Formats: sequence, structure tokens, C-alpha cells
Amino acid sequence: MSAPIEPVYRTEALIAEDIDAYLEQHQHKTMLRFITCGSVDDGKSTLIGRLLYDSKMIFEDQLASLEADSKRVGTQGEAIDFALLVDGLAAEREQGITIDVAYRFFATEARKFIVADTPGHEQYTRNMVTGASTAQLAVILIDARKGILIQTRRHSYLAKLVGIRHVLLAINKMDLVDYKQSVFDEIVADYRAFAQQIGIEDFVAVPVSGLMGDNIITLSEATPWYRGPTLLHHLETVEIDEQVLAAQPLRMPVQWVNRPNLDFRGFSGQIVSGTVRPGDAVKVQPGAQGSTIARVVTLDGDLEAAHAGQSVTLTLNDEIDCSRGQVIAAAEHPVEVADQFEVTLVWMAEEPMLPGRAYLMKIGTNLLSATVTSQKYQININSLAHEPGKTLELNGIGVCNIATDRAIPFEAYEQTPDLGGFILIDRFTHHTIGAGMIHFALRRSHNLPWQHLEVDRAAHAAMKQQQPRLLWLTGLPAAGKSTIANLVEKKLHALGRHTFLLDGRNVRHGLSQDLGFTKADRVENIRRVGAVARLMTDAGLIVICAFISPFRSERDQVRQLMPEGEFIEVFIDTPLSVAEARDPEGLYQRARAGELKNLTGFDSPYEPPEHPELHIDTTALSAEEAADQIVARCLI
Amino acid sequence: MKSLTHLERLEAESIHIMREVAAEAEKPVMLYSVGKDSAAMLHVARKAFYPSPPPFPLLHVDTTWKFQAMYALRERAAREAGMELLVHQNPEAKARGINPFDHGSLHTDMWKTEGLKQALDHYGFDAAFGGARRDEEKSRAKERIFSFRSANHRWDPKNQRPELWRLYNTRKNQGESIRVFPMSNWTELDIWQYIHVEGIEIVPLYFSAPRPTVERDGLLLMIDDERFRFRDGEQVEERWIRFRTLGCYPLTGAVESRAQTLPEVIQEMLLTTTSERQGRAIDHDQSASMEKKKQEGYF
Repeated sequence: MSAPIEPVYRTEALIAEDIDAYLEQHQHKTMLRFITCGSVDDGKSTLIGRLLYDSKMIFEDQLASLEADSKRVGTQGEAIDFALLVDGLAAEREQGITIDVAYRFFATEARKFIVADTPGHEQYTRNMVTGASTAQLAVILIDARKGILIQTRRHSYLAKLVGIRHVLLAINKMDLVDYKQSVFDEIVADYRAFAQQIGIEDFVAVPVSGLMGDNIITLSEATPWYRGPTLLHHLETVEIDEQVLAAQPLRMPVQWVNRPNLDFRGFSGQIVSGTVRPGDAVKVQPGAQGSTIARVVTLDGDLEAAHAGQSVTLTLNDEIDCSRGQVIAAAEHPVEVADQFEVTLVWMAEEPMLPGRAYLMKIGTNLLSATVTSQKYQININSLAHEPGKTLELNGIGVCNIATDRAIPFEAYEQTPDLGGFILIDRFTHHTIGAGMIHFALRRSHNLPWQHLEVDRAAHAAMKQQQPRLLWLTGLPAAGKSTIANLVEKKLHALGRHTFLLDGRNVRHGLSQDLGFTKADRVENIRRVGAVARLMTDAGLIVICAFISPFRSERDQVRQLMPEGEFIEVFIDTPLSVAEARDPEGLYQRARAGELKNLTGFDSPYEPPEHPELHIDTTALSAEEAADQIVARCLI
Repeated sequence: MKSLTHLERLEAESIHIMREVAAEAEKPVMLYSVGKDSAAMLHVARKAFYPSPPPFPLLHVDTTWKFQAMYALRERAAREAGMELLVHQNPEAKARGINPFDHGSLHTDMWKTEGLKQALDHYGFDAAFGGARRDEEKSRAKERIFSFRSANHRWDPKNQRPELWRLYNTRKNQGESIRVFPMSNWTELDIWQYIHVEGIEIVPLYFSAPRPTVERDGLLLMIDDERFRFRDGEQVEERWIRFRTLGCYPLTGAVESRAQTLPEVIQEMLLTTTSERQGRAIDHDQSASMEKKKQEGYF
């Protein structure tokens, strides 16, 4: 491959002489987003700083402050420390670390570039996955003196995981190894062997010096043996993903229904793959309805065609149901629809991932409830080994099965990232806590439709002449839940009601005998009990559950399982000191002695209900009085 | 197939972001400052929802000290977009006669920072679009597109959400609000090119003309109305000037220029050697001052 020897920034003369010609040229630039991976030691910030500097993205006043900063906190003596250009927030700069993803911009005559910069440290996985999710190319920096390190493997693995198709290996600090070809060749050979292992089929390697500028913008005389492109030349010419996506079948997730008046009904969205033209046959999914495209509407006039990446508004020739969350897809190549998937999950929160807990999932334009049903294994990011594990900690990566509360249109992440990538959101804090990539749908969700039952829950309840209810008693150990629950059942029974009591201790002898008392196991325990309780209410019963059930999330999840009004949360409120004084089984005593771990209220958290249907203060009421109140509430 | 140009991709991204907010927020609003960035953002909004008008109002947090030419364009731009224009002036600042001559940074704090909070609380907006870009200032490089503010409008740099793919998490707790920056990935040059390509109307002050000026503390100030207070010895001088950014006229420095057309402005911008924020008095004191302002709720 031949590369230009002259600088690519020849624009100044053109700007000065013929601004219209310059503008014309620059209106036809393309755009590439890439990520740089490496630690400060690899000279990453220096490299980015140099690209910004050499492409005139730095102004004189910024340069003046850079020069001042370089002298004050820089690491390059009196010379300009380019790294300071790309460091950001004041607090971070003081500490000498950057803690997040930063986005930088520069442009050449051919392209505009957006660089995601994710510095290396313990938050690395989360930040790199975030930065890489919007990147089409990864620049992986290697210190020529050190060769391939564990972190190189980590960066490469994450780039591959997020589906980046282009890898550029920048073998940096060549000036410190006397620009020796043998050093370069050896690193490239080592990397090639590793890359094949993890499925990176192709990469481009460039010998560079960020500090000296070798082979970054112009080919260096110091490396006459190097015949490839400069770093920038490769960035300017590498194929852009939209071109690949445009060749796939049409998919457009509907974002917003555009209805200015009764005569116009359009569907607005960004095309994530394929091309759309008036007359094309489409299917609206989930669903079986089909139509043809009438118009591709934009403010600039109707289009004859629109491609992957464009935001448009489509109208259809038939009046069919179509709303946010659905996908308009090519009729002859529809997307898959499913509710259970195998996925890779990257965990991004301090709070660990718990199988069985309901999270919000955003995928495409759908927001729905999703649960990790099981984790197959986790991936050790350093050794890439598969290791057993039920949960994921911050920065953990696992392969899991996930179930959603309704069927959604999707495609494998590898095929169409916008239809296979998702985020998980905590239902209470609303933070983004995980990111996932769908591999495929699990067959059983296709094969197991709900069986319609002739004798339904209304029929069961009518036979028993009662309203099904789920009375959910939650509170600390020794709060009095079981005692009160027993009294409640006795009273209801005496009134001729059909009841059943599920007690926290009893289910652990059977239904949940395989579970312990870790957070993950507690979540799973409540999920099982919730499912059983729901079945019993389907049978028309009044079900009384007495469980510590320490987490709001799971209690809320059980509530979601039940028809409106049937779930009655009863907070058995006993102060810890009172519960500990009662302590009929000596639990607190054993916990204090260090013989018992994970006791709720002691060394495991309890989250009191925020809006229970009934709040029982056991320091003010006797067990009999409490039971009377609950029975009264149940029979409303 | 021809690749999308960088402007087409930026526009498509901004449209996508605006539609997500329109679909998921309860009561969005677009902050409109009448400057060139606002003009470009408003234009993208019109494209995002066409043939509907954008399904949210425009909000101008007014300081009463903007250039007259800005007030002239404000109403027309809203009308042409078919949008309601809300104007908020901080009543307390008005009552106390807060002005840029006597009150220094208090002027910006009260009219802009406090004024914005008041307006958002008053109308109960839960999402506000702003035209800020990541290339404006170093600390902005890390700002999210969706920036979450506590009930008292504070920004906590340590507690922002990761943004992956095109998936924006718009969930929030009661009382919290989101500032959304759909133009995050545009640069100053992109904005100018877009205005050029799309033929977007901007305030004439961006183009050079002979205007009455005084030189003060290294800034060229324009005498925009009779409220201007002269210091001893200051002489009005007519100069060919234009503005690279627009704000309160007694605080906004002009540049001497002969650029009278958009291509000429872009030409000057490309050949210039100082960044656009230099004309603003706000961040001359220290490089981290924008960040402090942001934590306090300045846009």
C-alpha cells in the first residue's frame, strides 16, 4: 500500500484563496468515531493531543494556557505536554487522573473524527465499553519497549466484545527503541497470534512516536522499512460501518408517531440498517401486519431513498397499528421476535447483578422489564477464562440468559447493533447499571406459548365466593411476622375463607432448599415464592406470605405479578432493638457472636416499604389487634 | 451508496436525541438563547418533527441586556417554527436593578443561573434542551448528552450515567430534571457549515458592519442602547466589528473584522488563532471556572 508523503493539512492556502471551494469540499466529508485504548504510560493522551494540535483544533489562547499548565504540572519539562490538552475536570486534573469517557474532535480534509478517550484504571471495563459502543475503530496503543501486556489483551478483547470491526495497533515510542524494525515485527507477530485467538480477523499496525510525530500524519524518515499507511491516513480511508449496514435488510425502530392532523400519520425513527424507498413492502413488528411505504418525509422534501443512519419519517399505504417500540422491517426479511435470550452482560454498578431481580431494559425504542434467569459463566478479563459465578460485580462480564416481560423485535448484536444492544436500568435509583449484547433467542420462548385455560382464575374465585388476595407480611427477623400471619389465617379460616399460609422458614425446607442467605439467593427465593403465591391466587385462594423479603425491588416485583388491588403489602414494623430483645430463636445472639452471617437488620440490609397498604406498629398493637386490622383490610 | 456526510450524520443523531426526549419526557422545553447554536438547534428540531411543529415550547431566559437585534429575531424564529415562545426574566433581579455595570458576576448568577432555575421550576419542565457542545471547553468533553440535575438543579460530575450506543436512559426520580445537549458532538465549524448549507437565519451581529464601540479592559464593546455607561475618558469610535458569540451586550467582546458574508465569517474563523469563548468575560479568571458554574446550575 502506498501512502501520501506530504502533509494532509494543506487547507490553509485554500481557505485563504477560495473559501467557497473549501466549503464545498468540506461539505462532503464523512465522519468516523474511534476509541483510543491504553494507559497514560502508553502515551495515549500525547497521541490524541498531537492529532488535535496538528489538525489546528487548538487555538492560541488554549495553547497559552497549555504552555502555562505544561510548566506547572506537565511531565515534559519545558516542552509542551500534549497530554494536558485532553485531561478534563479540575478535580481529576489535580489528582492526576481522569475518571471517565471524554470525547474530542478533529477534522481533516476527508473526515471529521470523534475520539472517545477512556483512560486506563480500575473503572476501565465500564468506561471502555461505554466509549467503544459508539466507535467503529479502536486504536490500541502499545509501548514498543514493553510489547503486548495484559492490558493490551484486555483492550483488544473489549473492542471485539463490543463489535468493533477495525483495529489499529499503534506501536508507540518507536523513538525509544531506535526505530528498529525487528522490535516492530516481533510485536506484530505476537499480536497476530493473540488476535486470532479472540476472533479479531484483521488489524493494521503502524510504528509511531506520539512525542516526535513519526508516522502519525507524515511518513517518517526514521522508519524507511515501514511500507504501510500513516496512522491518520488509515483513519481517513477505513470503511465506515453505515456502508455495511446499508446493505442489510431495512429496519427502523419507531421512535415517535407523527400526527400533526387527521390527514397525516407518519412514523419517525432512525434507520438502523438497510435502505427504504416508496413502494417497498414492509412488516410492522411485533405483529403480522404488512403494508407498503407511501412516502419518505423530510422537511427538505420527500426522499426517493433513505439509508442506514438517516433520521426520517415514513408513511404507509395502509391504516395499520404502529407505535413506539415497534420495528418497520423489510417484509421479505422480517426481524425475529422473542422474550428469552442468551446475552453477554457487562456490569456497571457498585450494586451487584442479581439473577431473579427485575430490571428495566431499554433496547431500541422499547422500555420493558427484564430478569436475568441464570448466569452461565463469567469471563475473567485478564485471562479470558470462563469462570463459574451466579452474580456479577462492577466491571464484571458474564454470559447469561435473560427473560423479558413481553416479546420484542431484535437481531443479534453482531448483525445489527442497534437491535441487539441494550442497557439495564435500576428500577429505584434509575441508574444505568448494565449493558448487554444479544447473541440469540432461546428456542423455548418460541415453543412455549401460554396455554389458554377454560376454568380461569375468575371461575376459581367465584366457586369459593371470595376475592383472591396476596397478603405480604414483611419485616425484620423476630418482628412477629409468623405469629401475626398464623393469627390472620386462623381468623380468615373461621370466617369460612379459603386460605393458605406460605412461611419463610417452611419454604426453605422444600421449594428453596437449595438456596442460602446471600443477596442473590434471597432475591431468587422471593421470586419463587412470588410465582407460587400468584398460582395459588389463580386458584382463588387468599394467600398469606410471611417473609423478611428485605429488598423493595423484589417486593415490587411480586406486586407486578398480581392484578391491580390484589397485592396487600403489610409492614410489620418492629424496631431492631425490640426484635433483638425478643429474639425467640437466638438469631441476633448468634450473629453478635459471629456464628451467623447475613442476618437482615444486623449485617445485611433491610429496605422498609415506602408506601405499604398497611403499616403495623408492633410496639403499639398486640398480635391479636394487628391480625384484626389485616383481616379487615383483606376483606374490603 | 454514497456515505452520509458528517453534517448529515450529526443532524441524524441530534434528531434521534430530540425524538427520544419528546417520546419519553413528560414536559420538555427547548432553551433558546437566539445565538447561532440555538439557531442551528432550533432548525434541527423543526426537521425532527416535520410536518408537526416541535412538540415543546421555546424558553428564553432573558437578562434584559441582550442586543436589540437578538430580541428582533427571537419572536420571528419562534413564529416560523410554529412554537410557543416563553420569556422569563428573574423578578428579583429586575426589582433589585441587577445590571452588568454595577454587579459583575452577580449579574450572570441572578439573571441567567437563577433565572433558568426559576423558569424550569415555574413551568415544571422535566427536560430542557440546550445547545452546548463538547468542543467548547475542556471540561465539556466529558459532559453527557443527557445530564441529570438534582431537585435543586445541581450537577454532580461523579454521579452521571454511562451512555451507550443510541440508548438514552431518561428515567429520573421525582423532582429531578434532565438537561439534554443534542448538539454535543458538533464543533463550532460544524455549526457554521450547517448554517451555511441550510440557509438558517442568524442575528446580523455575526456579520461585520460599522458599529459604535468603546475599548474597555481589552474587550471591544458595542454601544447597543442608551443604557451604556461610559467611564471617564472613553470615546465612542466606529469600527468594523462582528461578534463570535452573543450574550449581554455590555459583557460581550466584538472582534474587528471585514467579514460580511457567511463564507467570509467561516474563513476568518478557520484562520483565526483564538477560541470563541475568549470574547466572553465569564471564564477569563480561571480555566476551571466553567465547571464551577456548571455545578451551580449555569447551563
